[in-house]
Amino acid sequence: MSDSDTVGRPGAPGLAGGPRGGAAPDTAPEAPITPTPQGSDGDPAKPTKVITRPGDKIFKTLTVGSGVFVVVMIALIGIFLLIQAIPSLADNNANFLFSRDWNADPANLAFGVLDLLLVTIFSSVFALIIAMPVSLGIALFLTQYAPRRLARPFAYLVDLLAAVPSIIYGLWGAYVLAPALSPISKWLNEYLGFIPLFASGSSNLVIGQTIFTAGIVLAVMLLPIITAITREVFDRTPPMQVEGALALGATKWEVIRTTVLPFGRAGYISASMLGLGRALGETIAVLIILSSTTKHFSFSLFDGGDTIASKIARAAQEFNDPRGAGAYIAAGLVLFVLTFVVNAFARSIISGHKEYE
Amino acid sequence: MAKRIDVKDLNLFYGKFHAVDQVSLAVPPRNVTAFIGPSGCGKSTVLRSLNRMHEVIPGARAEGKVLLDGEDIYASTVDPVSVRRTIGMVFQRPNPFPTMSIRDNVVAGLKLAGLRDRKKLDEVAERALRGANLWAEVKDRLNRPGGGLSGGQQQRLCIARAIAVQPDVLLMDEPCSALDPISTLAIEDLIQELKKDFTIVIVTHNMQQAARVSDQTAFFNLAGVGQPGRLIELDDTEKIFSNPTQKATEDYISGRFG
Amino acid sequence: MSTATDLDRPATPPAFQEINASRRFKNRLATVLVAGAFVFALAPLVWLLITVLAKGLRYVFNADWWQKSLAGLTSRQFGGGVYHAIIGTLLQGLICAVIAVPIAILVAVYLVEYGKRSRLARAVTFTVDILSGVPSIVAALFIYALWVTTLGLPRSAFAVSLALVLLMIPVVVRTTEELLKIVPDELREAAYALGVPKWKTIVKIVIPTAMSGIITGISLAVARVMGETAPVLVLVGYTAYINYDPFDGNMASLPLLMTAERLTTNAVGEARVWGAAVTLILIITVFNLLGSLISRLTSLKTK
Repeated sequence: MSDSDTVGRPGAPGLAGGPRGGAAPDTAPEAPITPTPQGSDGDPAKPTKVITRPGDKIFKTLTVGSGVFVVVMIALIGIFLLIQAIPSLADNNANFLFSRDWNADPANLAFGVLDLLLVTIFSSVFALIIAMPVSLGIALFLTQYAPRRLARPFAYLVDLLAAVPSIIYGLWGAYVLAPALSPISKWLNEYLGFIPLFASGSSNLVIGQTIFTAGIVLAVMLLPIITAITREVFDRTPPMQVEGALALGATKWEVIRTTVLPFGRAGYISASMLGLGRALGETIAVLIILSSTTKHFSFSLFDGGDTIASKIARAAQEFNDPRGAGAYIAAGLVLFVLTFVVNAFARSIISGHKEYE
Repeated sequence: MAKRIDVKDLNLFYGKFHAVDQVSLAVPPRNVTAFIGPSGCGKSTVLRSLNRMHEVIPGARAEGKVLLDGEDIYASTVDPVSVRRTIGMVFQRPNPFPTMSIRDNVVAGLKLAGLRDRKKLDEVAERALRGANLWAEVKDRLNRPGGGLSGGQQQRLCIARAIAVQPDVLLMDEPCSALDPISTLAIEDLIQELKKDFTIVIVTHNMQQAARVSDQTAFFNLAGVGQPGRLIELDDTEKIFSNPTQKATEDYISGRFG
Repeated sequence: MSTATDLDRPATPPAFQEINASRRFKNRLATVLVAGAFVFALAPLVWLLITVLAKGLRYVFNADWWQKSLAGLTSRQFGGGVYHAIIGTLLQGLICAVIAVPIAILVAVYLVEYGKRSRLARAVTFTVDILSGVPSIVAALFIYALWVTTLGLPRSAFAVSLALVLLMIPVVVRTTEELLKIVPDELREAAYALGVPKWKTIVKIVIPTAMSGIITGISLAVARVMGETAPVLVLVGYTAYINYDPFDGNMASLPLLMTAERLTTNAVGEARVWGAAVTLILIITVFNLLGSLISRLTSLKTK
C-alpha cells in the first residue's frame, strides 16, 4: 500500500492542513509532521506503518514506563528484602523457619519466625471467623434489606470504619475494649478453659492484652473491606434470576439463598481473603493491644505475644546494626510472601468470574 | 476548499473478520453522497475509513486506497491525525465535550492544535455557529456548558465544532438518528447549506432522508450473515429511487427487506 | 366484619396460599440477623468515636494546641501543642501525593488507553492488586532496605513519604482506572475526528472529564496514608521540635507522636495521645470533606 509518489515527500502537504487563507488558522504546532514511519503496535497483520506524532510517542512511553515501573517495584520489594535478609540468615544460629525463639542480638543471632508466624495466622484467622458472617450480614442488609434511600448513607457509615486509622483502633482496643471484654474472657476461661483455645494464656485477662482482644479489633477493621466488595458483587445479581425466584413465590430469604448467595459466593470468598491479607499485615493496632511475652505461643486466645508485623515495628526504632535489622527484614520477607500468596489467591478466585465485571 | 474523494478497491477488516469487500466509489466535491443499506452492511465502516477513524478500533485495518484529490490518505507518509483534520466527522449521537463551554466546544479543535489568540477564536466560534444555524440560539450563553443544550442543538454544536477547523470534507454518521423530527429537519436544512462549502458524505437509515438531502446515493448490502458488505450500486439519488439498476436496490428501497 | 356476612359467604378456599410457618420464621430470622449485623458493625464505630472525642476533644480547644510544639516540655508538663506533628503529617502526605499521583495516573492511563488486554497490562493490573495488599510494614521495610541500608542515607521524613507512595499508588490507580473507563468513547472519537492527537485527547479531554472523581480519590488516598503508623515507626525518629526539612533529621507526625507519648503513662501523656487522636481524625475528616467538596464544585454541570 505504500505509494511511491508520496514516499519521501515532507509529509503530504495537502493533508497536513497548511494555512488555507481566511481566518482559519488550523496550522499551529500540531500540524506539520516529519514522516517517520513507526512500528504499528507490533500487530503482524497490519501491512502498513502508521505515523506516530512525537507527542504521542513520548506520552505513550511515559505511560508504559509507569506501568513497567509498578511491575518492577513489586519485584524489587521481594529482591531487596531477600538481599538484606541473606547475611543475617547466614549468621543465624537457629532454624529460621522452625525455631520458636527470637533473638536478634547482632552478636548472637538466633531467630526463628515460627512463633510469630503462628500468632500472625492465628489472630488473623480468628478475626476472619468473626468478620466473615458479620460482613455477609451487612452486605445483605445494605443490598437487599435497607430502604433504597438509606442504603447509600448506611454504606457510607460502614465505609467510615475503613477511614479510621489503625493506631486509633489500637488505642481504643487496648484502653477501652480490652477492659470491657475482660468479663467475657474470664467467663470463657472459667467455663470453657478445658478447650485449649480458651485455656489460660500468657496474658493477664483483666488487662486484656490478648489475642482475643486483638482479633476482635482486627475483625472490626476487616468489616468495611469485606463488606465493600461483597456488596458490589451482590448488587450485580442478575435481576432476571431474582424475579424468577420471586415469581415462584419465594420469601425474601429464599430469594437471597437461591439467587444472591450463589451468585455472589466467589466474590464474598475473594473479599474475605483480601481481608485476611489485610489482617496478616496489620501492625500498629496489634502492637498496641498485645502484650509482649517471652513465653511460647500456646494456641490460646488469651495468649499475648507478637505477630510478624508487630515484632518488626516494636524493634524498628532500634534498627542500628544491619545484621539485627536483617533478622527483622527476613521476617518481613515471610510476611510479604504470605500476603502475596493470600492476595494472589483472592484475585484468582474473582478473576475467573466474568459476570462480576 | 471542498475536495473530491475516490475510493479504490477498499477492503476493511475487524481483526480476522472481513467487514467490507472491494468498494470503489467516487464522491465529487460540493456534493452530498448518501450511504444507505440494511444494518451491518458496512456503510458506517466505509464512512469511518474515509478519515481513518476506522483504525481507532483495536484490530481494525484497511486495505486499498482512499484518494483525497488524488492523494492516498492511507499512504505510509501520511499522519492519520492530519487526515482527520482535513476530513471532519459528525457522529450518530451528539457528543459535545462535557468539560467545555459552548464556545470552547466549537473551537476545541483549534485550541487543542495550539491556537491561543482569543479574538481569532471568538471569530471562528461565531462563524462556525452561524454556519451551523445555532448562533441565534446560543449567542447569549456561549460560556454555559454544551451539555445543557437540547439534543438537536447539541448535534448542531457538534457540526459547528467539526466545521470550525475548516475541513475539506464532512462525514456524517447517521447524524439525525438520535433526534426528534423538528431537529432532524433543522439538520437536513443545514446540510443543504453546508453543501456550498463542503463535500459531504452521510450515512442514513432513513431512505426519505437520503432522497431529500443527497445528490447521489450508494446502496450497500451484504451477501449473507458473516459475509462482508459490498457496494451494490452508486448513482444519482433520483435514479436510485426511481429506477435502480439492481434488483436488490429496488427491493430495499421499496421496503421488501432491511 | 360481622359474623352474619361471613356465614353468607360461599365456602371457597382462600385466594392466596398460606406460607407455612417454618418458611415465615426463617425469613423473619434472616431479616433480624442481617439488620443485627449492620447494627453490630456500627456499635464499634460509634463507641470508638465517642471514646476518642470524650478523651481528647477538650485538649484541642486551645490555640496553643494548633500553634505550638512540645519543644522543651517534660513528660510531666501540660501545655504546648502538636503543631510539629501536624506539619509532619501534612508534609509527608503532600510529598507522597506529589510523587504517587502522577505515576498512578499514568499507570491508569496506560491500562485504559493503551494496554487494554495486552500481556503487560495484565501484569500491571496484577501487580497493582498485589501492591494494594502489601502491608504497610513491608513497604516500610523495603524503603528501609533501599534507603538506609543500601544507599546509606539517614532515616528521614522523605523516606516515610517514599513508603507511603507504595501504599498510595494502587489506591489512586484503581480509582482513576474506573473513572477513565466510564468516559464515553464517543468523546475520544469526537476529538480524533477533529484531528486531535491521541495524547492530547487523553490529557485535554479524557482526564478532565474524569477529573472531579480523580481529585476525590486522591484526597481519600492522602487521608488514608496520613494515618499510617508503621512507616513512620520504621523510617523516621520522633522529635518534639518543629522540623520543616523532610530530608534531614527527625520529624514528628501525629501517629508517631501518639506511639511515642503512649509510653508516657500519666495524665500528660494521655492528654497528648488522645488530643493527637482527635486531631488526626479531624484532619482525615477535613480531607474527606475536601474531596467531596472539590468534586461537587468541579463536577460536570449541564446548566
